[in-house]
Amino acid sequence: MRSLHRFFARLLNFVTRRRDDERLREEMKSHLASQTEDYLRSGMTPEEAYRQARLKFGAMEAIREDYRAEEALPLMESLLLDVRYALRVLRTSPTFTIVALATLMLGIGANVVVFGVLNEVLLHPLEVRDPQSLYQVRHKQWMVGRLLTTSYPTFEDLQRRNTTFSGMAGMYGYSGAKLLWRNSVRKVSGYEVTGNYFDVLGVQPEVGRFFHEADEHGPNSAPFVVLSNALWRSTFHADSGVVGTTVELDKHPFTVIGVASAQFHGTEKFRWPDYWIPMMNEQQLENYDYLHSRTYINVTVLGRLKPGVTPQQATENLNAITAELAKEYPETDDGEPLRLIHPGLIGDEGDVIRGFLYSVSLLALLVLAAACANLATLFAARAADRSRELALRVALGSSRRRLVRQLLTEALVVSLLGGAAGLASAYLLLGVLNRSSAFDGSMTVSLDLRVYFVGLALTLVSALLFGLAPARQAWQSSPMQAMKGGQAESKNLHRFTLRDLLLGVQIAICTLLVTASLVAIRGMIQALHTPLGIHPEGAMLAYMDLSSTEQADSTVPENASIHDATLEKEKAVLEAARNIPGVTAVGMINQTPMTGGLHGVPIFRPGTTEFKLKNSALAPYVFSMSPGYLDTAGTRLLRGRDASWHDTTDTPHVAIVNETFARKMWDRTPAIGQRFLLRGQLTEVVGVAEDGKYHDLTESPQPVVYLPQSQSDGGEMIFVVRSERTPKEMTAALQQRLSNIAPNAPIKVLSWSDQLAGELLPARAATVALGVMGLLAAMLAVTGIFGMAAYNVSRRKKEFGIRMALGARKAQVINAAVGRPMVLLGVGSVLGLLAGISASRLLGQIVYQANPKNPAVVGGVVFTMALLGLVASAVPARRALAVDPSELMREE
Amino acid sequence: MRQKKDVQQGTLALMVLKTLDVLGPLHGYGIARRIEQISGDLLSVNQGTLYPLMLRLEQEGAIASEWGPSESNRRARFYSLTRVGRKLLEAEKRDWEQTAAIIARFLEAKAEDLG
Repeated sequence: MRSLHRFFARLLNFVTRRRDDERLREEMKSHLASQTEDYLRSGMTPEEAYRQARLKFGAMEAIREDYRAEEALPLMESLLLDVRYALRVLRTSPTFTIVALATLMLGIGANVVVFGVLNEVLLHPLEVRDPQSLYQVRHKQWMVGRLLTTSYPTFEDLQRRNTTFSGMAGMYGYSGAKLLWRNSVRKVSGYEVTGNYFDVLGVQPEVGRFFHEADEHGPNSAPFVVLSNALWRSTFHADSGVVGTTVELDKHPFTVIGVASAQFHGTEKFRWPDYWIPMMNEQQLENYDYLHSRTYINVTVLGRLKPGVTPQQATENLNAITAELAKEYPETDDGEPLRLIHPGLIGDEGDVIRGFLYSVSLLALLVLAAACANLATLFAARAADRSRELALRVALGSSRRRLVRQLLTEALVVSLLGGAAGLASAYLLLGVLNRSSAFDGSMTVSLDLRVYFVGLALTLVSALLFGLAPARQAWQSSPMQAMKGGQAESKNLHRFTLRDLLLGVQIAICTLLVTASLVAIRGMIQALHTPLGIHPEGAMLAYMDLSSTEQADSTVPENASIHDATLEKEKAVLEAARNIPGVTAVGMINQTPMTGGLHGVPIFRPGTTEFKLKNSALAPYVFSMSPGYLDTAGTRLLRGRDASWHDTTDTPHVAIVNETFARKMWDRTPAIGQRFLLRGQLTEVVGVAEDGKYHDLTESPQPVVYLPQSQSDGGEMIFVVRSERTPKEMTAALQQRLSNIAPNAPIKVLSWSDQLAGELLPARAATVALGVMGLLAAMLAVTGIFGMAAYNVSRRKKEFGIRMALGARKAQVINAAVGRPMVLLGVGSVLGLLAGISASRLLGQIVYQANPKNPAVVGGVVFTMALLGLVASAVPARRALAVDPSELMREE
Repeated sequence: MRQKKDVQQGTLALMVLKTLDVLGPLHGYGIARRIEQISGDLLSVNQGTLYPLMLRLEQEGAIASEWGPSESNRRARFYSLTRVGRKLLEAEKRDWEQTAAIIARFLEAKAEDLG
């Protein structure tokens, strides 16, 4: 307590820089005067009295020093002194300082950005009660991009029969609707969830209330909607009065009963819903009933474990139920084993995302390590140059500890400045990325305390890493040697020094990073040249909502006639588009490739009687399209015919399949005329189209079925228009023509290339990230080699002069000047390349088709490193050759 | 020359506190003289060392100080014991007496006591 009191008093003095010298002086004066008076009274002469008084008081200066030391914090003061000295030293060599600061800024900035993303995606727990005990049920088999696991009846069985979960909720995460509020329509997407969803998650609303199991009384009994905080703020202007009012979702009235808190975004980090509605009312949005069929696999199952139950026990429990269900419902439930994962990262995509983020973090750390090695060499070289100064200070009585502290302070100052710059640039960069919504969905990356802490830790660790090398040197410096003329080092020319090791490590890391970025760039180029099966260039996409133009007064039409009416309207749109001058082809499709969210639809061979998943022949992606779509998209029809408007609900069902489908189903047998069962319809193959990419660039060849739109209800269609005119002209023309047909329908037109560019963004981002790191690494390698060679030359100038005077050949001088850095470059590059090749698994998690063993990549790396070496050593080598012996001889 | 003993800082602090306790507010010179008198002139210090020590005590809150006129009407800084200081003095005194008692007993011990 007392020492705390004292510390604060001293700290206050330190901070306010208050010095009570005046007080001490006055007290001393008064003390001496009193003492002198006493001595005078005892009969001394005035001079003697004053002398004695001073003697008795003691050494004034020493006391004043003590007093000052007591007054404030001497350690802090000398630290301040060190910092000021360091700043002065840094200011005298601005180039060095700027290079060091820039190096650190890039190294630390890159790490902070990467860690910021990693923190947001992996380390932040979901905003639900006790996220550790919340699990998502999945099939044992690894599946890409699918959240869905069971049918609703199966979910109910799991919920009823399990003994290991305290609560089990279901959700359907792909719900979408048109929200009508105050005469404005907005497309929104959300979740359809079971009544107990919010209770199982344990979340609280910000406004109003959430719905509960008790609100539901069978299908379509609970027309309630909970708004997300973001939707509430953007569309409802954060008005609390909205609770209790009615909005329309797909023309069905729903009562707003509550608003979620700003932190809660459901259980998926990359798919934030705009709303939640009870699953009981799903039919109003989905237009079909999935609650009573075991064949619609729509439900994602979330469960909270009972306290004390292990995930292992719960999995066994679930699998026992699944086996029972397979016996009870052999038609539909295949009894595939289940497993539990933590929800949040699009099901099994979590593994991919985690792998990617950890790999990128590792590479970013490597960049920082290379930067530190680089700075360590720079600092060590500088310390060597300052060895005379340091030796002088030791000779003058400065303690070695004090010198080491001084050098470490310098390193710390540099790293703190660099780290601050790195954090600031990371902050700005993340701000730009957030605004441009480069991150999937609505996720935003914010820098929280943890990120700042990591930034600071990295800064301090790097200061230690590159500050210790010169400090070690200073510790070992011998004043005698340095004063004599400082050529002590020439003895050690053939020894392998710490600096050599640092440079070697740095080059190895840089080679690894250059390899990684070349692999990424090659992968990206390959990805861009992968046959997509479509030619987006020159094609425009038009999104148009025709259903909202439906006449409100149409008297309860049958489903078929709605379909027909819509089809007629779509035909009219196609016709109008075709008539625009310059248009060469038009078509429409329900979903363009590579926009995600595709699910395989099981198909069966003719004659199959049990439509179990197990018996299905294939699970192709199914598209609905109009005649002419394939031509418009640039997908070649290899055999047979295109769809036609004459294929109607009254004629036999037909399909165009792709090559992969044909090969997998019938191998070499011609596919035309073959039949298969799709959604219960016997469908005949009338055409075969070329393969392409459908879900994403990295997929293996997938089977695909194209159905004529006139025979299937594909829902909302996207119009594709190919023309010879520029996208800008076409956008205007399409907007105008199409709004003539459907005056009230919202129309969105964009070029197909632009749309795909958005889809390819993650791959591009990865390439850019790796490219930047590779560039950074290359820069570091150049400065490292250059620094070492240049330093070497400047140290041994005299020796070179003598050698040349004695008739040494140019090659020998060059060898002496830059030989060692070149050897290190060679050894480091080979090690780095080997590391790169053995890290192909790591790279595979980041980029598409990673293959570091590819000769183009290896050649590129070797060429790059050789070029870097050449660039970095050219100047020092020239300097070595330009040494003029006669001038040098005269110098000293 | 009288033999001068080095005075441990802690002991000196205790002496300062005790002096202020007995005599009330006092200036630096006064404290130095009392300590010298009580210790029978056997214990003479570089009187100046009192000042850093008293600054420290003041920072710890054990004593307080203010300017005032001395007997000879000179401006001097008067130190006085605070509540914290009084408690500190009590604690130190107890410690010191204990230590002294133990050492005394130890020094009086005879061979048979230790045997």
